[in-house]
Amino acid sequence: MFVARSITADHKDLIHDVSYDFHGRRMATCSSDQSVKVWDKSENGDWHCTASWKTHSGSVWRVTWAHPEFGQVLASCSFDRTAAVWEEIVGESNDKQRGLSHWIKRTTLVDSRTSVTDVKFAPKHMGLMLTTCSADGVVRIYEAPDVMNLSQWSLQHEISCKLSCSCLSWNPSSSRVHPSMFAVGSDDINVTCSGKVQIYEYNENTRKYAKAETLMTVTDAVHDIAFAPNLGRSFHILAIATKDVRLFKLVPIRKESTSTGPTKFEVQIVAQFDNHNSQVWRVSWNITSTLLASSGDDGCVRLWKANYMDNWKCTGILKGDGSPLTGSSGQPTAMSTVLGSSIQTSQNALNGISAGSSLKALYISAHSPNHSHIHTPVGQDCHARR
Amino acid sequence: MHTPDFEIPAVSTGKHMGFAWGPGDILVYETLYKAKGTCASSSGSSLIHEVRKDEDIYSPILRKLFNESHHIFVGLQTVGEDVPSKNKKPHISKNYRSVIRACMEELQQLVSILLAIELIWNLCEVLFIDAAPAGSLLLHLLDWVRLHKADVDEKTREVLQSESPAEHHNYWDVVVSYVLQGRVEEARQMLVKQANLHPAARGMFKLMDKLLSKMPFYNPRSTQTLTEFDVIWRHWHEEVDRCLQDNSFSSNQHLEFICKILLGDEDSLLECKDLLGTWYHFLVTRLLFCHPTVKPTDLHYYAQSCMTMFLDSRSVSEPLDSILLASFEFDIHQVIKDCSIVLNNWWFVAHLTDLLDHCKLLQSHNLHFGSNLREFLLLEYASGLFTHHSLWQLAVDYFDHCPEFGRVYLELQIERVPLETERKALKVLRVCEERQMSEQVRSICKIMATRALRNNRLGSALSWSIRAKDAAFATLISERFLQDYSTRGTFSDLDLIDNLGPSMLLSNRLTFLGKYREFHRLYGQKHFSKAAKLLLSLMTAKIAPQSFWMTLLTDALPLLEQKEVISPHALSSCSKSAHQSLWDKNKTKDKDCR
Repeated sequence: MFVARSITADHKDLIHDVSYDFHGRRMATCSSDQSVKVWDKSENGDWHCTASWKTHSGSVWRVTWAHPEFGQVLASCSFDRTAAVWEEIVGESNDKQRGLSHWIKRTTLVDSRTSVTDVKFAPKHMGLMLTTCSADGVVRIYEAPDVMNLSQWSLQHEISCKLSCSCLSWNPSSSRVHPSMFAVGSDDINVTCSGKVQIYEYNENTRKYAKAETLMTVTDAVHDIAFAPNLGRSFHILAIATKDVRLFKLVPIRKESTSTGPTKFEVQIVAQFDNHNSQVWRVSWNITSTLLASSGDDGCVRLWKANYMDNWKCTGILKGDGSPLTGSSGQPTAMSTVLGSSIQTSQNALNGISAGSSLKALYISAHSPNHSHIHTPVGQDCHARR
Repeated sequence: MHTPDFEIPAVSTGKHMGFAWGPGDILVYETLYKAKGTCASSSGSSLIHEVRKDEDIYSPILRKLFNESHHIFVGLQTVGEDVPSKNKKPHISKNYRSVIRACMEELQQLVSILLAIELIWNLCEVLFIDAAPAGSLLLHLLDWVRLHKADVDEKTREVLQSESPAEHHNYWDVVVSYVLQGRVEEARQMLVKQANLHPAARGMFKLMDKLLSKMPFYNPRSTQTLTEFDVIWRHWHEEVDRCLQDNSFSSNQHLEFICKILLGDEDSLLECKDLLGTWYHFLVTRLLFCHPTVKPTDLHYYAQSCMTMFLDSRSVSEPLDSILLASFEFDIHQVIKDCSIVLNNWWFVAHLTDLLDHCKLLQSHNLHFGSNLREFLLLEYASGLFTHHSLWQLAVDYFDHCPEFGRVYLELQIERVPLETERKALKVLRVCEERQMSEQVRSICKIMATRALRNNRLGSALSWSIRAKDAAFATLISERFLQDYSTRGTFSDLDLIDNLGPSMLLSNRLTFLGKYREFHRLYGQKHFSKAAKLLLSLMTAKIAPQSFWMTLLTDALPLLEQKEVISPHALSSCSKSAHQSLWDKNKTKDKDCR
């Protein structure tokens, strides 16, 4: 059902975030070892680390890529109360041959007085805008007015959410249809019984962000939040990682023409999954918003999918096999490839979800001039993998 | 139903798992989530696992299947409303099947899987697309079984090639197999060989031959009605029965056995389990000899009972069985659902459902799905193709024919196609331009322009900016060109600048660049008069950047020597106004500084 292969990341401490670039050919990782690494995928699918450098003086919580329209740009945020913007410099030719590239710091954003918990670029149609949220409950939106000069960023908005913030997510859909909006989640334990997810929306008249909605039903700590990519829908879908996985639908209520305030939304809960049976720490959508992944305290990643009738259910679980890492940290372990040969994968083809369904009967009935096929345990390799 | 789970090696218990979505895969890593107030630290991590679904699109072998079926798919979408007598759908269905068969020939490993798919598809074609009525139905089912039981011919070859076929140990197996498949002519021919060996029993063999030759088969093209056929068939059945009761074949156990089979005797048929091989062969044989006029709507009764009888309690029902059973029950929805689960990629269900939808078969069933289901499956299939470095191009056509979400899916996914080379970028662009996806065009061109600029390939950056219609970027790059000229005294990428054409008008700076270069060209060709006029207009039109005015004036100097060409008066007035503007500019600058 799944195949996997391993990449030796070589961070000296926990990895907190991994981020693919827009095209899926590069990846950035960040860690409590205070560094960020950038990886490039080669033609044959192997990953090579092309840069590794110290970025902060504390654990780096998140790393994210800007849209490639702005070049090769990364942002990171850290426990050290700062966020930073990095740009790749086209290297000398001998560096290129060695497969290395250089990243330089373009700016450090030092406005936060507490750990910066999330950093995200706004959708590209808004220009080059960076957003941070901090444990001090403030969301800051910065803009680089000149995309050719990434050392100049101006703080455009400072929004106090009154609750310590843990995560934020921009609604990726284009501004033509509705004003820009983002959601903030809070893991504040000091204030109970208040809505821990807030939605802010840009107001053209005031030129400021105003709170449009608080999800009052989400009262437990929120660890992650993600708007789904919009496929031409008139409503928005928001996934929340809290004590369970929750999916909300936000339907804009048609405004009176005289109304100047933020959009009113009808908030509906689409689904709620407590399969993790524990705190859920991350949620994230795939590109077409057809699959949602969540990760929980139970050490599993679960994949959720809606069928054509819009009923959501779990379509896959990834979990650790419980074995410790072989070899001490810092020593590169051999890159193990669990990927089967094409023969094996093809024979797996009809071994779908129903575990144990060896299609031996199929082989017998379908075609077996050579009866040795019947007794060859074709499916067994893949069963052992489970 | 059990949710599939999968173990990632070397992620220990007590740790959390982080993840990041990628194109067609998901990166998973060991981590620890905690409230971010505290500093988290733990022993060195460090493996990142790249997990993706074990789907066959990654097999290069199936590329041919995808490519060929793509042609058929596109052709089907443009087939007009069918005149009943010219129904192309069975033909198209056969095309799909012939594509499947073509792939089979190339690939030994995938044979068994493709056979299963073809088996299912073939049955669906018989039941849903041909929609054979009673009478023809059985004939189609017989064809279906014969097609998927090729080992009989293997055995026959082996027998016939032996010295004395009638004495070969597989001889009777062959004969019985032919009878079981209703291949009476072949059975008769084989029996002749046996008859020749036993002249004493000639009478018995002649009788069997007669019975076999008289076995009625429904002919849909004849004027005979089903009822008439039924009557004739019953007569024949009774005649065979009489022969059995008369003990006409009692001295030859084989012939007697065959006689029982002709009567559709359950026990005898079940004795042939090995030869039949599958419960659905058993079903068709039973229908052949007991209910040849079976109606489509009655099929499922017989299917269920035959499956139960054939598979004893020890055998586990396989996924294939439930799919076939659902087909016999005409439960298209269940067939599609089961196939979606069992098969590891969406190819089969997407194409079959699309075909069934074109035959208007989905609407006539449950109204909750239908075209929605078709589109859903096509989108799934095509999205899967999109992550492949070359198959994404096939996916485009599928999205084109999904009226509701096809376009937006395409917009979202085509932006993500990696643009490793200019050639690939142009391919992607062509797809977007053909569909007037202007935002995607702009974005892709901008990405290429940015990349070129980073690598100091100004010419490439400029042409991409022009294609993106990005005036701001074009201005920026033109500035760089002009800076370059200032420092080096020459232009790079002359070809490009010389042939800008109307795209020059994208930005003032770009226009200036193009015209300035034209000035140089005219001067080089000694067309001093034209050159001077152009220079003058450049200065008066005020599209020259201020940094360049001194350069322009310097350029004008040699032209002064050509007295007839440029009047010193015109030149000096330009110079004056240039000087004046510079002076004003400095004044305002001073004002601001205060």
